[in-house]
Formats: sequence, structure tokens, C-alpha cells
Amino acid sequence: MSFSRTIAIAGVLAATAAAAAEIPQEQRRSGFTFMTPETQTMQNDDTANPGMLWVLDGETLWNKQEGNAGKACADCHGDAATSMKGVATRYPAFDKTLGRPVDLEQRINLCRTNHQQATPLAFESRDLLAITAFIAEQSRGSPIEAGSDPQLEPFIAKGRALYTQRQGQLNLACNNCHEEVWDKRLAGSAITQGHATGYPLYRLEWQTLGSLQRRLRACMTGIRAQAYDFGSPELIDLELYLMSRARGLPVESPAVRP
Amino acid sequence: MASALINVPPKAKRGDVIEIKTLMSHIMETGYRHTASGEAVPRDIITSFICRFNGNEIFRADLFPAIAANPFFSFFTSVTESGKFEFEWVGDKGFSETASASISVE
Repeated sequence: MSFSRTIAIAGVLAATAAAAAEIPQEQRRSGFTFMTPETQTMQNDDTANPGMLWVLDGETLWNKQEGNAGKACADCHGDAATSMKGVATRYPAFDKTLGRPVDLEQRINLCRTNHQQATPLAFESRDLLAITAFIAEQSRGSPIEAGSDPQLEPFIAKGRALYTQRQGQLNLACNNCHEEVWDKRLAGSAITQGHATGYPLYRLEWQTLGSLQRRLRACMTGIRAQAYDFGSPELIDLELYLMSRARGLPVESPAVRP
Repeated sequence: MASALINVPPKAKRGDVIEIKTLMSHIMETGYRHTASGEAVPRDIITSFICRFNGNEIFRADLFPAIAANPFFSFFTSVTESGKFEFEWVGDKGFSETASASISVE
């Protein structure tokens, strides 16, 4: 009797957990809305937003010839203001050759190796962040559309599985904070809903621009789990799930976060 | 690849008080940190910032290791004539960068 009651209660709990799993579309909020007015002003003012320094560098690199092919990004793609507009809203995107999604940084490196015949740039290097920020900035204000390609479905599912997988010594899954208690605080900081709307972004804590992969790795270290390597399929699947989850929210790159 | 962002209003009325904002790309390495293997990371900061208007110094700041990366300055001045603001950042390891912006005063 008590055993069957336990099962019944467990069943009710499971149903509640499943229902509470995702934040309803109309309640989805960018991390921007959790910031102080001062930090919001910093992000909105292009001459106060330090991320714009990387955008400036990225514009220079866009027009610079690289590699054995002697081509600049601009030689194929032309004016980024038109050719790259909206591109960042669709990343990570499916790559036919690799048969799996790649994020914007990986796409830039694929372009470097395949078309410019140049060496790939290291993850988190200033140049890679600069080109990424410059491309992402062309989509500022456009709604995120990542994950609409049906070929991406299995990878979004994998990303979601990772998102809800408890891990690390603290035995926490992403959703334990960013779905269940996003309106609360962890120490002094807002927890937020974890929508990756502004990457690469300038974190005041980092004192530099950083990628979503860096942020995800920092979160994993925070729950005392072993962080996945930069460029690992797990991180890309997680990025893809997060971006598909943020669908409809406007791109803010380069954002500023505390 | 150091870059600066300057915000000076392009136009002002004679006697107006205007705000000038500058942002300079710099790591501002304090000199107090160590690498994982224990070696000291040498100090690399901007040490001074100067703003001149038509050749006359109107604003100067000394910078120290506690100042965050990519230093941002905002300051005010009154304008009485058209001219050019010149900005100069000087720092460790021979760092020296300049930028300028013009204003027309009616």
C-alpha cells in the first residue's frame, strides 16, 4: 500500500517536473533585462561598449588577405553589412561535409582552411573573437532562428539531453538553475534564463570578449564538472539547443554582461 | 591592433558644455598576477591619457594597475571655437596611441 502510494507520488512529481521543464515562450527574457540600468546603458552605447573594439578589429580582418589563396573574407563575401546580415541568427548551422552542426567560430575556421588556405585560429584568440563579433554584429536586432533546419533535430535533442543531465560534484543540470529558479539569485547575481543572445560578449568579470563555449565551460567548472574541450561535439550541441531555445529573441552581439 | 572609440559631438553652440567619451583597447595587466607555473606576469598598463584641444592640454589622467582593461573615460568641457580634439594614450612596453575628432562651433 505504502509502496504503491510512493509510486503514485513519484508519478505526480515526474509530471510536474515535465510540465515545468521549459519556460513558456512569452516569458522568455534576455539576460539584458536582468542587468542594472548602468550596464544596460554600457551595452547600448556603441562608444562605451568595449565589445565594439573587437568589432572594429574584426572589420579590419574582414578586409585583410590571409593564407596561401591570398584572399580576404571580403573578396568572396563582399560587404558584410549585406552578405552577413542575419547569418549569426542561424548558427550553429548544419554542415553537409561534416554531417553535423558547426558554430560561427568553426564556420570561420572552415572558411579559412578551405577557401583562404590559412591556418585555423585558436578558440578564444583575439582574431577569431574579433571576426565572430564583427559578423554577429551585422545581425544585431534580428530574431534568432537557429535550429529551424530539420537536419539539426537529432543534435538539438542531444543538446537538450545534456542540458537536463545532472553532472559534477554539485550534481546539477543546467535546467536546475536556468529553468527552475531563473528568477532567483545566486549570491548577489541574477541567475537568468540562460539565453545566449549576445555572444561573443564582453563580460566585465572577464575584462574581455568571450565566446558562448567559454561561458558554458565556466558554468561546468562552477558545478565542479569536467568541462568539455573547446570545439567538442557536446559543446556545439549545447550551443545549438540554447540558441534554438532562444528563438525569437533579438541578437545583441556584442552584448555586455556583468 | 589597438583601437580606440571616440565620442565627440560633431557640432555645438558657442559656450556649450559637451561630454567627451573615449574607450581604448588595452589589457591593463596589473603586474601582480602569476602564471600557472609561478612566473610573474609583467605589468603592462596605460600610464597616462591626455586630451588636447587645438594644441592646448584640457584634460589629463594618470592610470594605475587597479584600473580595468579597456579604460573608458568620460569628461566635460566647454567649447568656444571650432577645432580638433587630440587624444593620446601612453603606457608600458612603449605603448603609444593617438586619435582625434573635430568639432564645429557655431
